[in-house]
Amino acid sequence: MKYVDEFRNGQLGAKIAASIRAEADPKRHYSFMEFCGGHTHAISRYGIADMLPDNVHMIHGPGCPVCVLPVGRIDQAIELAARENVTLCTYGDLMRVPASKRRSLLQAKADGSDIRMVYSTLDALKIAEQEPERRVVFFAIGFETTTPPTALAIKVAAKKKLKNFSVFCNHVLTPAAIQNILESPDVRELGTVQLDGFVGPAHVSTVIGTQPYEYFAEEFHSPVVVAGFEPLDMIQAILMLVRQVNAGTNVVENEFSRAVKRHGNEHAKRDVADVFELRKTFEWRGLGEVPYSALRIKDSYAQFDAERLFSMAYVPTPDNPACDCGAILRGVKKPTDCKLFGTACTPDTPMGSCMVSSEGSCAAHWTYGRFRDEDKADKNKARA
Amino acid sequence: MNNMKTRKAKLDIKSGRVNLTHGAGGRAMNDLIEVIFKDAFDNDFLAQGNDQSAFDVGDGRMVMSTDGYVITPLFFPGGDIGSLAVHGTVNDVALSGAKPLYLSAGFIIEEGFPLADLKRIVDSMGAASRAAGVPIITGDTKVVNKGMADGVFITTAGVGVVPKGLELSGDKARVGDKIIVSGTLGDHGVAVMSKRENLSFEVEIESDSAALHTLIADMVAGHGAALRCMRDPTRGGLAATLNELAEQSNVGMCIREADVPLKPQVVAACELLGLDPLNVANEGKLIAIVAPEAADDLVALMRAHPLGRDAAVIGDVVADERNFVRMKTAFGGERMVDWLSGEQLPRIC
Repeated sequence: MKYVDEFRNGQLGAKIAASIRAEADPKRHYSFMEFCGGHTHAISRYGIADMLPDNVHMIHGPGCPVCVLPVGRIDQAIELAARENVTLCTYGDLMRVPASKRRSLLQAKADGSDIRMVYSTLDALKIAEQEPERRVVFFAIGFETTTPPTALAIKVAAKKKLKNFSVFCNHVLTPAAIQNILESPDVRELGTVQLDGFVGPAHVSTVIGTQPYEYFAEEFHSPVVVAGFEPLDMIQAILMLVRQVNAGTNVVENEFSRAVKRHGNEHAKRDVADVFELRKTFEWRGLGEVPYSALRIKDSYAQFDAERLFSMAYVPTPDNPACDCGAILRGVKKPTDCKLFGTACTPDTPMGSCMVSSEGSCAAHWTYGRFRDEDKADKNKARA
Repeated sequence: MNNMKTRKAKLDIKSGRVNLTHGAGGRAMNDLIEVIFKDAFDNDFLAQGNDQSAFDVGDGRMVMSTDGYVITPLFFPGGDIGSLAVHGTVNDVALSGAKPLYLSAGFIIEEGFPLADLKRIVDSMGAASRAAGVPIITGDTKVVNKGMADGVFITTAGVGVVPKGLELSGDKARVGDKIIVSGTLGDHGVAVMSKRENLSFEVEIESDSAALHTLIADMVAGHGAALRCMRDPTRGGLAATLNELAEQSNVGMCIREADVPLKPQVVAACELLGLDPLNVANEGKLIAIVAPEAADDLVALMRAHPLGRDAAVIGDVVADERNFVRMKTAFGGERMVDWLSGEQLPRIC
């Protein structure tokens, strides 16, 4: 496949991996967080961990919109879908996320709520146009990449004067979450998590650019490399981070220069700014309340805001206490540290959000990487 | 019965629709069978007009298999529910090493289904059965109320005979055996999905739906003793089939991504749809686990058959008590090839 295979070239990958091995200082440890679940998925799917030396280690970050959505928000969606004439449109991977009282959107659908899986915001808009008697609500989740399409859908709905379309907005912001991790006691005071740098998601930066990371790269002495999702992008980004650590620099570098600019996509940013404004605070699964980390719909588009239209009230709901999703999302624990991993919790019977979305670190590790744990166990057994 | 035969059957194929009387056992049902099924499936067994067919069986063990077909859409590039219902069951019988002999067909038709579509499906089924040389010798039709089915559902069963001495089974894979696939993977699932999603590509992706029994006969004749087991990677794709076999034989499997045959347009479509081609269904491909010394010969022999042109050895059976299926990625790492969780593509066969 042209323009894709080039970025999956194994020979080039082996060369870059050799450079990482040659340049990584054997006397020190390198620990980088790939923020985005898409990167976690790429690392697992292409087996990139096998190509890194033992002292270069990747921590999986919280950049999976399904994973960070708190249970309370799913509960709200389920309640909303049960209301009269409401049609809730959602992305497929939200359907199976466990909510409180053993509920899920999938279960709610089976119980009779009108919940439909869509591929894009515009599909939801189309349903609203075709079925004027339904009150169609789009359950919007996602980082900066999916925010402009939601903004556009709201603008189109306003232009068409649609009365039966609204958005339950759960859009969240990448830089705020990274800053929260860097400020967390685990990283700053306790030192339980060593973080030498970040791999930033390229698709987010095609919208926001690389500039939003500059402040905390400098402030927190943390290099950032914005990288694409092909395996060569990923391994090249790791080499760039190793080089920054070796050189003692803390700058934002752009590995994905084929599409990312420093200031991003001005047009998309304008659409987002027209429709959305910052929430003072938003609850993230794993991170808790994070100030200025999410968006809500502006007053001027209030008639498209499901939270206002349906007077939805948010009730925080605690996670299953046995589930370590929270600590895993902060990089404090690995999936295998969780007691439920692979026993009660598998992709077929997910207990926590990290196992539901294919981009969650637990699902990625279970699906692609769990042979390594057992290999280690075998080796340890053999040694004993 | 006699006056029914002389009476001319009345059925408006062009714009008519199936109604409940077509399943009620009366004249209308007879018309439906006369006009739509009789010529399409025509053979001496059906011509006898009995509720069952009797046949002689040769030497060897008998094999029987059955499968239900509920695919949507009913017509897709490279086939339709009718040809699929023949190919799928012929393959299930043949993968035991058997020569498939006869099929049965049961139809559940939704009230209101266009007669023209039914005729197209039944004609295609008849053509597939004739091409395969495996006649449909008994059948049944039922009509259900609107909303109780989705157009038409078909169930076929097949019988065949395995030559003496040949005993293929999923528990016979041994460490050191080679894993062979007969051709490119994922074509069927992607063809169906692209139709559903209205995706168009420069080259249309066609389903690989095909009856594999002549390819299998060549394999059995050439290297029957080297065959441990064969299976068709339908729902769940290669990944599910290898995991099944690994568990059944209590072994592990290790495949090489670079050796797995894939069409570029299938890879591209999977990329767009977010699918892994290893999880995508096939309807005209087989996986064979074979003794290592015969693997290359078998692949050469398969490549000489039109349905095995892209056959390749893709990996090895390895020792692993956990029965993991692993893959060396083309990029240079390694990963598991796991069972699919949940449904990747609903109702593709």
